[in-house]
Amino acid sequence: MIKSIQELEEIRKKALEELEFRKQHGEGIRIVVGMATCGIAAGARPVMLKFVEEIQKRNLKNVTVVQTGCIGLCKYEPIVEVYEPNKEKVTYVKMTPEKVLKVVAEHLVNGKPVYEYTIGYEENKEANN
Amino acid sequence: MNELSLYILDLVQNSIEAGASLVKIEIAEDLKEDLFTITIEDNGRGIPQDVIDKVTDPFYTTRKTRKVGLGLSLAKQLAMDCEGSFTIERLEKGTKIVLKMKHSHIDRPPLGNITETLLALINGAPDLDFKFCYKKDRNEFIFDTRSIRDILGDDIPLNTLSVLDFIRGQLESGLSNLTGGVNNR
Repeated sequence: MIKSIQELEEIRKKALEELEFRKQHGEGIRIVVGMATCGIAAGARPVMLKFVEEIQKRNLKNVTVVQTGCIGLCKYEPIVEVYEPNKEKVTYVKMTPEKVLKVVAEHLVNGKPVYEYTIGYEENKEANN
Repeated sequence: MNELSLYILDLVQNSIEAGASLVKIEIAEDLKEDLFTITIEDNGRGIPQDVIDKVTDPFYTTRKTRKVGLGLSLAKQLAMDCEGSFTIERLEKGTKIVLKMKHSHIDRPPLGNITETLLALINGAPDLDFKFCYKKDRNEFIFDTRSIRDILGDDIPLNTLSVLDFIRGQLESGLSNLTGGVNNR
């Protein structure tokens, strides 16, 4: 089952590079996914893993994906919070793997939060209905 | 929730919250006895004896964000719906949950994507160790994060992207061997 020693050496080397980068550049962007019962039932698992996949695909070394419990806004789950150093937190609601693609491309890569997916936009929409 | 692997993801969150360092997850499919059993055992701080009878009541919770606790009550409801049983037991150190269902019961959800559940757990709780055992009739697949740590060394967290990718490969090949290439049944 365990793959060749060479392959593991390769993985170890890559992992050490990732770690070294994080050490040198300090805390980068933190993606926090709500993983309580409400989040899981609403589809948080594929959302979290899509972030992990996209971050790896694009080789974004300064981004980490972590989880948290219930944020208390269950009807908006899956909820994802993006913390960037020296910037205001952005809260994305009703996330899907498709929305993750856009958030990664526009927010994480180009630095422009996707307003249509945020809690502010969602609440405005509800207030106007 | 329409996948058993989502129930597992949800139940293990309790172990993480309870400060466990090792979580054992076992899935056992026994077609002869017509049983599908999920066992989750952790070495966390455990549940006080006076609380253990209340935890599957949806109107009992220790959380502060809302007044209901759904995880354990949903799991118990599922077991009852599938002519099974649900037990939660206080161990000397930790907690053990056993969820049994009638394998052929029409209301039993499919296992779903257990690889994703394990990856989400490892990514979300990289300091914990997980021992995963999947028994299907006479075959079994065992995956233990401790063996990966042994090889990679303690200085590399398991949620490093290249390590997660490696783990995904290990799980996918191990599970497809077990199920003969047919997943999610």
